[in-house]
Amino acid sequence: MNLHYLRRKLVNYVALGISLLSAVFGIVFLCWILKDVLVLGLPALNTSFFTELPAPPGMEGGGVANAIVGTIMITVIATVVGVPAGILAGTYLSEFGRKSRVASAVRFLSDILVSAPSIVVGIFVYALLVGPMGGFSLLAGSLALAIIMLPVVIRTSEEMLKLVPDSTREAALALGAPQWRVTVQVVYRGALRGMVTGVMLAVARVSGETAPLLFTSFNNTFWNFSLTEPTASLTVTIFNYAMAPYEEWHSIAWGAALLITAMLLVVTLLARFFARGRSTG
Amino acid sequence: MSDKMTEKMEVKGLNFYYGTKQALKDINLAVQEGEITALIGPSGCGKTTFLRCLNRMHDLYPGNRYEGEILLEGKNILRKGIDLIKLRSRIGMVFQKPTPFPMSISDNIAFGLKLKGIRNRGEIEGRVETALKDSALFDEVKDRLNTPALSLSGGQQQRLCIARAVAVEPDVILMDEPCSALDPVATVKIEDLMSELKSNYTVVIVTHNMQQAARVSEYTGFFMLGEVMEFDRTKRIFTNPKNKMTEDYITGRFG
Ligand SMILES: Nc1ncnc2c1ncn2[C@@H]1O[C@H](COP(=O)(O)OP(=O)(O)OP(=O)(O)O)[C@@H](O)[C@H]1O
Ligand SMILES: [Mg+2]
Repeated sequence: MNLHYLRRKLVNYVALGISLLSAVFGIVFLCWILKDVLVLGLPALNTSFFTELPAPPGMEGGGVANAIVGTIMITVIATVVGVPAGILAGTYLSEFGRKSRVASAVRFLSDILVSAPSIVVGIFVYALLVGPMGGFSLLAGSLALAIIMLPVVIRTSEEMLKLVPDSTREAALALGAPQWRVTVQVVYRGALRGMVTGVMLAVARVSGETAPLLFTSFNNTFWNFSLTEPTASLTVTIFNYAMAPYEEWHSIAWGAALLITAMLLVVTLLARFFARGRSTG
Repeated sequence: MSDKMTEKMEVKGLNFYYGTKQALKDINLAVQEGEITALIGPSGCGKTTFLRCLNRMHDLYPGNRYEGEILLEGKNILRKGIDLIKLRSRIGMVFQKPTPFPMSISDNIAFGLKLKGIRNRGEIEGRVETALKDSALFDEVKDRLNTPALSLSGGQQQRLCIARAVAVEPDVILMDEPCSALDPVATVKIEDLMSELKSNYTVVIVTHNMQQAARVSEYTGFFMLGEVMEFDRTKRIFTNPKNKMTEDYITGRFG
């Protein structure tokens, strides 16, 4: 019996050790990436980085101001398109469709879409918009990101809404509330925290996308505020600059990497802060 | 005496099925206006199922089926095309487990008031306070009306649900073991509330507590295996039941 106990203890320690090691393994890489991005990126962050347009190849200085604004615009438009559509679809799945055929079809398709490589979405939007519109555009980039965001938002909002117990819905209906009020005023409130977090994470995820933007919003060395013109973004800038043969550009690529990492961090922190501030109150 | 009674609800030949499984068999009983009707019976005998027929809660799930008639003031609420929203606003319900909404304590009650079209802030506040006082919760929560209802204890949550149901002033209030999570003091308060409600409302209450049924109710129905074994004045059920099984159950010699 003592032996038995010892064996269990040993197995326990081994399991604990392995899982601890795996955790450390992951965290080491994470810290390593963060360290490199910080060390190599910080020197690039000066005033001109934030305020100037890219310098012509081989020239000193220049910045990525247009790419910063471009990334923000693309992400915001993608969010404005993708999030409401995703939340409404998630609401349908959780509150109205539930076991209907349409619902299981939507679930199945969005599961496929989640795992679709983002470059495939890029090519799709290329064929859908870029060809017919006669060129790369801000709109195409935003649409690509919106499509990538959509299934994530659909499934997270469905999951979050489903966490609200049916007995809560029943109680609201038993008071004589119409279904839409139950959904909007009771169920959404219960799921708010999770949904906001889910949406923010989806936003964070797509704002780091590069591949789908290469085919859609492409790049631009100048400012662009038109929906129908190519638009610079931080990720595509990183891609281009890192591949270029100029030391100067490599440094800017690191700077852009640091900036986008910081932006994602802010979005994630905001998600937490917001979710905590208005959880169930 | 019985001639001056009016029947608020009358159940005639009610059968209820969860899919193919019959849960209620040929239920016949009448709920008198302005009285408390208690439903007792062993666990799983169909009390909750019956209660949920009265406000057609079962309609939320596919496959559930009713047969027979349930009359509310003479009109069959099982008829096709009835406005369920209106029906449920007339027949309130307190569930077996507390069901607070994920919002503040006062918003929980205000939700129902707003459904009734009450918009005036002052009136809402006043009614929230009255409802909380009626359900013996006000003193415990008066300093934190804006905190989440989910932070209340189970018993407090249940009293909040009672307050919420009463605040909208339905014609009939259905209560499914409302006191099972309450301490004796709160239970007494809720019983007082029920007796008070009696003057304006009709109450149907499910309870496992024989004393409670005997104390508060005018009529009692004894359910078993989906059937009503006996339905009569509470006094009669508790002093002189016709059915041997009723007697065994209320005296605790059951099974
Ligand atoms: N959703 C459902 N689907 C199928 N059968 C159900 C469902 N809900 C309840 N039943 C069955 O119907 C019968 C009556 O259940 P009900 O909940 O009405 O009992 P009850 O009298 O309220 O019991 P308790 O005192 O334990 O609350 C039980 O046999 C139960 O298993
Ligand atoms: Mg029950």
